Amino acid sequence: MPLRLLKYAWKKSEDEPRFFPDETPLKKAYDVVIIGGGGHGMACAYYLAKEHGITNVAVLEQGYIGGGNTGRNTTIVRSNYLTSEGVKFYDESLKLFEDLSDDFDLNIFYSTRGHFTLAHTDSAMRTMRWRAEVNKHHGIDSEVVDVETIQKEVPYMDMSCNGQHPVMGALYHAPGSVARHDAVAWGYARGAQQRGVEIHQKTRVTDIKTKGGKVVGVETDRGFVEAKKVISMVAGSTPRITEMLEIETPIEIFPLQACVTEPVKPFMDTIVVSGSLHVYVSQSSRGELVMGASVDPAELHSTRSTLDFVEGLTDQMMDLFPFTSRLKIMRQWAGMSDITPDFAPIMGKTDVEGFYLDAGWGTWGFKATPVSGKTMAYTVANDTPHELIKPFSLSRYADFKLVGEKGAASVGH
Amino acid sequence: MKLRLAPQPLEWIDRKSSVSFTFEGQTVSGFKGDVISSALWAQGRKVVGRSFKYHRRRGLLSFANHDINALLQAEDRPNVRADVVQAEDGMSLTAVNTFGSLASDKGALVEWIGKFLPVGFYYRAFYSPKFLFPKWERLIREMAGLGKVNTDWSEERKPKRYLHCDVVVIGAGPSGMAAAIAAAKQGVDVCLIDENPYIGGSLDYQYVNEDSQQLNRKYLKETVESMPNIQVITSSYVAGYYGDHWLGINTPDGLIKLSAQAVVVASGVFEQPAVFRNNDLPGVMNASAAQRLMARYAVAPCKEAVILTANPEGYRAALDLHKNGLVVKAILDTGKTAGESVVQAKSAGIPVFENAVLVEATGRKQLQGVTFEVGRLQHHLSCDGLLMSVGWAPAGAPLYQAGAKFGYNYTLEQLLPVELPEGVFACGRINGVFEIEDRIKDGEQAGTAAAQTVLGKEALAPVDYTAKSAHSDPYPIWPHPKGKEFVDFDEDIQIKDLKGAIAQGFDNIELMKRFSTIGMGPSQGKHSNMNGIRILAKLTGKTIDQTGSTTARPMFHPTPVSHLAGMRFRPERLTPLHSFHQQRNACFMEAGSWLRPEYYPTAETREASIAEEVSAVRNSVGLIDVSTLGKLEVFGRDAGELMDRLYTMRMSNMNVGASRYALMVDETGVVIDDGVAVRYSEEHFYVTTTTSTSDSAYRLIQKKVIEWGLKVTVLNRTGQIGAMNLAGPNSRKILAQLTDLDLSNDAFPYLAMRRAQVCGVEATLIRVGFVGELGYEIHTDSQSALKIWASIMEVGSEYGIKPFGVEAQRLLRLEKGHIIVGQDTDGLTNPFEANMPWSVHLKKPYFLGKPSLMKLKTLQNRTLVGFELLSKAHKDMPLESNLLIENGAMIGRVTSIGRSATLNKVIGLAMVETAFSEENQVLKIKLTDGRFVDAKVIKTPFYDPQGLLQKPDESNEGEAA
Repeated sequence: MPLRLLKYAWKKSEDEPRFFPDETPLKKAYDVVIIGGGGHGMACAYYLAKEHGITNVAVLEQGYIGGGNTGRNTTIVRSNYLTSEGVKFYDESLKLFEDLSDDFDLNIFYSTRGHFTLAHTDSAMRTMRWRAEVNKHHGIDSEVVDVETIQKEVPYMDMSCNGQHPVMGALYHAPGSVARHDAVAWGYARGAQQRGVEIHQKTRVTDIKTKGGKVVGVETDRGFVEAKKVISMVAGSTPRITEMLEIETPIEIFPLQACVTEPVKPFMDTIVVSGSLHVYVSQSSRGELVMGASVDPAELHSTRSTLDFVEGLTDQMMDLFPFTSRLKIMRQWAGMSDITPDFAPIMGKTDVEGFYLDAGWGTWGFKATPVSGKTMAYTVANDTPHELIKPFSLSRYADFKLVGEKGAASVGH
Repeated sequence: MKLRLAPQPLEWIDRKSSVSFTFEGQTVSGFKGDVISSALWAQGRKVVGRSFKYHRRRGLLSFANHDINALLQAEDRPNVRADVVQAEDGMSLTAVNTFGSLASDKGALVEWIGKFLPVGFYYRAFYSPKFLFPKWERLIREMAGLGKVNTDWSEERKPKRYLHCDVVVIGAGPSGMAAAIAAAKQGVDVCLIDENPYIGGSLDYQYVNEDSQQLNRKYLKETVESMPNIQVITSSYVAGYYGDHWLGINTPDGLIKLSAQAVVVASGVFEQPAVFRNNDLPGVMNASAAQRLMARYAVAPCKEAVILTANPEGYRAALDLHKNGLVVKAILDTGKTAGESVVQAKSAGIPVFENAVLVEATGRKQLQGVTFEVGRLQHHLSCDGLLMSVGWAPAGAPLYQAGAKFGYNYTLEQLLPVELPEGVFACGRINGVFEIEDRIKDGEQAGTAAAQTVLGKEALAPVDYTAKSAHSDPYPIWPHPKGKEFVDFDEDIQIKDLKGAIAQGFDNIELMKRFSTIGMGPSQGKHSNMNGIRILAKLTGKTIDQTGSTTARPMFHPTPVSHLAGMRFRPERLTPLHSFHQQRNACFMEAGSWLRPEYYPTAETREASIAEEVSAVRNSVGLIDVSTLGKLEVFGRDAGELMDRLYTMRMSNMNVGASRYALMVDETGVVIDDGVAVRYSEEHFYVTTTTSTSDSAYRLIQKKVIEWGLKVTVLNRTGQIGAMNLAGPNSRKILAQLTDLDLSNDAFPYLAMRRAQVCGVEATLIRVGFVGELGYEIHTDSQSALKIWASIMEVGSEYGIKPFGVEAQRLLRLEKGHIIVGQDTDGLTNPFEANMPWSVHLKKPYFLGKPSLMKLKTLQNRTLVGFELLSKAHKDMPLESNLLIENGAMIGRVTSIGRSATLNKVIGLAMVETAFSEENQVLKIKLTDGRFVDAKVIKTPFYDPQGLLQKPDESNEGEAA
């Protein structure tokens, strides 16, 4: 029995520090206002306070902490991307993830499982090899493995895929992990709060005010708040925020859905992704199979679930795992993913002085939580983009310097 | 049989046939019609499972699939819901999640250390030291999870069905049946769905001893069954409401997808347990569970009962027990309920304690007694049954999913729908209507209104039948200093756990759920959410409305993967020439959903066979099936305009009878498709796409036609047209024997298109040069393709013609330096990078991607180059996607590579930084094993650089007509 649990047992009252404060009135002014209390917003607040000593910060969240895509993703963390920019960025994120539990004094259940991206076609094999070569070049543990190796690791998988589109090989990424997504946001929130950051839930930003091209504050449903620096970290709600400043982005919103089965005893240790079958699946520590597919086919600003999604997903999943037909789907849900044309994020400064953007997180936002927080905090504190996010500036679209991560998106788009 | 009662008037069991199965290794027998739980309970087996965290013994709670106390492992599936799954002969069942056995579960040790496991304990420990976490995680994972999966289980799939109706009614209780009848009377088609095997709802178990209600039941059931426009679907539940009245309905035989014009939700209410110490002892159950046991299965819930109640329903349950000769020791009324059933219970001599406060249930392995207080006096009664009737929560999933808003009604102490979306209606207890007569009237008005919506008539303003007194206790929760008051039975959540979560700041209903896991178990909060909300509201000093509720997402009950997946449907497309390929034992490869010959095994090895095919094309003649190409026909006034806007080259100035390379880029200037376009007439084009892009290109073009508002029709003729490419120096000689068309170069020059009879069949002939030889692409309707193909093979035999496959074609085109979109291009490649600036006509006023290409033209920093490998050793052969490294930096990658027998060297294409694209530049290719090999940039085409062979009769390039 770990000592920490023994310690708690003898305490009369709940002495674990509060994660989120009681509701307090908004102050008149903050140095920095962060819009969006998801993982990214909380991480940014945390690093602003911890690494830059900026604590006069308010995080404004229209719903509850982690209620957006932070709580809706399938919790996979990996760094086997396709471009140098992507690989470096996500590798840093992965390293931060590994130490988060200690940083937070909170177990985020960061569980390294190994990640297979299956290839069922020649062209997928070429993409896997490309990713593996780029990854290896940057020192990332990533390789193309053959069918026998996969079968050994995942013996219960039907490599023939029911006789059609058999598995030809896979990209294997040993550091691929899953984590308890909510806990990541909570840990950052508590850490930020302990360092003086204010977190205001159920506080909706309705407008951003500027004067002479500079940000002066935000209008909320609880009144006006002054702020010289405002960061938007709202993923699927980005268009609503950028419209306030008439900033154009190439972001399009597509629903991304996921579902879980009823819990069963652990049998699946690895994360398995198949782009051809539009399936990704891992087993959570609670025992549920957590599954997702590609984004919905049409643009839509909504988090409604569809029947088509579970129908398609379960059908395809059975090609790999026929026995899962005996399981039951317990719950399904959707998030709004903010997709960019090059499948890479948009981060950093904008044409409006004092307004910073962290968006374009598509289907890859959760795994970037720590690094986006850290680099955005740096960018805001120094008013100059962090080295790792320079390639992700909004201006790259006007300059045609795209990043090209489409090939690394886990499933088709 | 210990607890089986005398026959009940409405029982669902067939006493003439018995069933026998094993549970935990012991034989259990029951009657046909018994669910597993009723068979177990009838034999006095009151411990049906162990709890999730503490492994406490558990009996029946809701007996309605609102909890998972009775969750069993079968040999062929996990997590069987014993409360609703019928017992069958030969079943072999055990409780899930026990360590050892149900009777002796080592997991129960957890309860002894429960003190050390506060809410969210796993967040607080196990992460340090880091290297131990995987071991802790393994242990936690083993402790969690419920049933076991056997990975050898075979695939199960059930076909799906579609249904359409005017009005769907969810729930066939009194209000649902009344709604269905009322709607049907309006002449519309009605579907009535219920999860029970019979319609009737609570009339089947809560009013069995009331003659007037049984008359109502009889009338409603018989009327429903007699109406031809009511379709009854039983043993089925609405798994999810998806927009626009689209429902997924799970039936025992598979999924029904139902589309309705209007939806009536008569799904009723979930009975909510009271929360007090040891409320999970086997023998403590909801009063409705006891009534179901008695009425449906003729099983006594206990021998001596105490009733805990806050409503007339509890008194009614007491009367039901009394009627069955069971002892009701007392009714503990949490307030002071009034009504006819109260009078009856009192006159039956049942002691009633008003304003009772529950202290605890007692007993070791099962319920043995109950302690309560009235005033300041503490009482204790021994009993083996404690039936709870303290309140109800809406079974609101379909309403929530449809977007209804709920509000808390303080008269009723219940959440009620206050705002319904268009075409969605609610009635009955979910609507706060409790008396049977009122529920029938409420159902009638909802059914009528739904039908009138369908018929486009104005509906009358509804009459409010909401009950005028509470049927729920506002706070049926009695904390005990020693705890063990369970709120969520799935997850073993006690009051202290919620307190702990709230104290740590998880005081928002969603956050409390996510931290404490209340409502996250397999019953998804059906028995726990309402109490959770009440506790949170109380502890934070807020109202129920301010506290809100969590989202009720699909599925209503966990729904089998085999049903959702349905039958497997993966079309496999065969070209019209497939039979030929099969006869030649072609080695097939998958290309999207198509099967294509990769090569024809004519030599010892794959490589040698491919080399023979290549050689035939280069030296004499070969024939390839290209039927998998996407084929689109474009007609209409704006056909030329559309073609101009879609493709990078100008198309509208093409002559009739000409062909042109067709390259498409997206808005960002990235190459997404290529093919050949021909012009049949002024307003009629025909264009091919690659095999893999036929669907996406067609979709994009359709979208663009609408966006641009052009008068044009685009037809996808991919599957209707067969196509082949006859290529090689002798191709003309062969074709000449099969057509009257003048094939001379003057009459049919390079890049021209002709319509002609080939073998007596109408065909389109295009002189193309993809593989770099004199060649003709022949397109004809798919029925005739084989005839032409066979004739060509026959006539060609004197020239040694060979059919060739995809691999030979890849090598042939590589020798010509022609790109394959998606292989030599990636998600960012524009035509300039692909070294095809000639394919972009920037002088056109507009085409898709032009604004981007204007800019990209000046920004080029990558270029596709040809290279030859300086080493010929087999071990030095790079693979496609190997990187090019210069001074430790990546400067590009190999996109195509092949060993050219024609040229006797290894050639390839590579995308490199433009600085390294000059001729004779030495490139260092990093092999997969980390070694480097050198390659030299050389000009493409590698083979026949002047392109003389594809137009042997001409000296100048240029388009012909």
